[in-house]
Amino acid sequence: MNLEKVVFGFFIVFAATLNFGFFIGDLDNPVHHDIYELFAAIVVNLIATVLKFGDRTQIGAIHLATSLVADLQLLAAAMVWGYAVHVAGTGLTAGAMSSIVSLSGGALFANVVSVVILIAETIMQRR
Amino acid sequence: MGSSTPTSTIFLVLRRLRTPLIVLITIFAISVLGLTLVPGPSGPDGALPRLSFFHAVYFFSYTATTIGFGEIPYAFSEQQRLWVTVCIYLSVIGWAYTLGTVFAMLQDKNFLNAVAVQRFARQVKRLREHFFLVCGYGETGRLICQALDEMGYRAVVIERDEAKVGDLELQSYSADMPALCADAGQPDTLLFAGLTSKYCRGVITLTNDDNTNLAVAIAARLLAPSLPALCRAEHAETVANMASFGTRHIINPFEKFGEYMALALHSPAAYHLLLWLTGLPGTTVTRHRDPPGGRWVLCGYGTFGRVMTGALENAGLPVTIIDRAPPADPAHIWVKGDGTGHEALQAAGIHDAVGIVAATGHDVNNLSIVVTARQMNPGLFTVLRQNQVANRALFDAFESDFTMVPSEIVSHECLAILTTPLLAPFLDAVRKSDEPWACGLLDDLTGRFGWDVPAVWSVTLNLAQAPSVYRLLMRGATRPSLDELLRAPVTDRPALACRPLLLMRDGRRPSLLPAGHETLQLGDQILFVGTEQARKELGLTLFNGHTLQYVLTGKDSPGGLVWEWLARRRAG
Repeated sequence: MNLEKVVFGFFIVFAATLNFGFFIGDLDNPVHHDIYELFAAIVVNLIATVLKFGDRTQIGAIHLATSLVADLQLLAAAMVWGYAVHVAGTGLTAGAMSSIVSLSGGALFANVVSVVILIAETIMQRR
Repeated sequence: MGSSTPTSTIFLVLRRLRTPLIVLITIFAISVLGLTLVPGPSGPDGALPRLSFFHAVYFFSYTATTIGFGEIPYAFSEQQRLWVTVCIYLSVIGWAYTLGTVFAMLQDKNFLNAVAVQRFARQVKRLREHFFLVCGYGETGRLICQALDEMGYRAVVIERDEAKVGDLELQSYSADMPALCADAGQPDTLLFAGLTSKYCRGVITLTNDDNTNLAVAIAARLLAPSLPALCRAEHAETVANMASFGTRHIINPFEKFGEYMALALHSPAAYHLLLWLTGLPGTTVTRHRDPPGGRWVLCGYGTFGRVMTGALENAGLPVTIIDRAPPADPAHIWVKGDGTGHEALQAAGIHDAVGIVAATGHDVNNLSIVVTARQMNPGLFTVLRQNQVANRALFDAFESDFTMVPSEIVSHECLAILTTPLLAPFLDAVRKSDEPWACGLLDDLTGRFGWDVPAVWSVTLNLAQAPSVYRLLMRGATRPSLDELLRAPVTDRPALACRPLLLMRDGRRPSLLPAGHETLQLGDQILFVGTEQARKELGLTLFNGHTLQYVLTGKDSPGGLVWEWLARRRAG
């Protein structure tokens, strides 16, 4: 067993689970979506991205790409949240909430792809 | 770090920065999270709300980057200030660690090397003009690069010695010459340097290490078989090895000088003609005294000494050898000594000798030998071997009859082969010619163009090199002769200051000094000698249909649709 691999797998799966946790619930109901969960998802996703840096294999490149997509989607969701509450002044309306959650849904998809690649990579290695 | 591909530096940077980046993200996350959790100060109506994520990220962004706008959006509570103090120290540690890693990386030899290789590979890839790949920027390499630069070609240089690469950057070439400090013997390096690029016109390998030259030769043979490769080789085994896999041009400076010497003994005019035609552009050839027949003395029986002995003996001249060790072939007359003192020269009979060859591998000894010998016999013909270009001032001051500088010989030979492929067959003809013919030609040419090294160029009558003549000949209406073509496109159409030396035509023997009434055919290859001006004017004629029309008929043809139509009307 390799500690590096444990850490790598941990962060990828953790990013996906946090993302899922935030995403689940009614699309436009703010009560179902916690801001701290979104924050944690963003941080863990960023760390997962950095862990994927510098791998020049084809699988490594796809890994990095999916992570970058997830980061982008989650950051966009956070920006929509900040805009709705602080800049627009309308507060967290159902419309704003649904766009935040759907953005995080996109990120979730990218994270699922990442996990699938991780599993595929593991299965390919017969050790 | 493997150098199989130019490692993308961005990946290298990212890989090195993995840990510092994770540390920074973690510190940022902890600080922001803490800020959103710490209770705010008490306001007029109860406690103010805790900082939202938006405000926490905003506050921490300007605090961590040391911009420090103060406490926004409200004056903080004591608990918040306590947490911010912790955050500030955390972020300072994070930045210090990151910057430390970045600077350590920027000074890392491997990293710098990767950057240099990548930049070099990119420079070469961006070249959109023909270039030559030069391996080894020693004395010969510098001469070649200068000459290539003067002729308007680019060079890509690989040199192992860092100081010489630095020297190349200091030279004032008119074009940038991409240079890499690396071992040319590595095929990867050659690939970065554009060996397989479609703009590469030839490979020249001139390092003073025969093994490296051999490695480059075989790499060029396998990776770019159609490219001409010019390889320097000093040992007979290397020459044989290179020849075995079909290296096109192997240049052995000692052999070459031996050939020159033999030619000079056999036909001084042919030798001068050869020297004049293959000189470095922008130099002047001086006429040497012809080497006399009689007994010669040779000091230093090494590789060069052996070649020279062969050349002299083939011309039927007896040679006395002065060396510390007896020659392998006992048939020679041998005197023990090193030739720098009176005794050995005396013993070798310097007083009744006609010439001396100082052929040791040591410049100062060579000079000492000829100076001593001239004192003892002022009429001696001297042949000096100069090993280092840096000693030129000394050798110039002595005014030897022949000076053999390996680097110059190699560069002459390379340039002649590379820039004018037709020159080699012509020079072969010169070598085989008889003395009066060469003498007549030499007097004729130098009388017309002077002793400055002339422009020598070859032209093929095809679409690429002579489009206007190609179209004219394709129409088939007229067949201009050489004389008609070789006129300047100015008033009165005077003859160009150039002379055709060789005409190669398919299905015919190459004709030396073709006559002026010879008519041109498609696919003709012609070698010219003349002035730079003539070369440019001929180029204009060959490329521009109107100029060609004027040169052939003396009439300006109208250009443009309207004028052509008017001219046709008037004619009709």
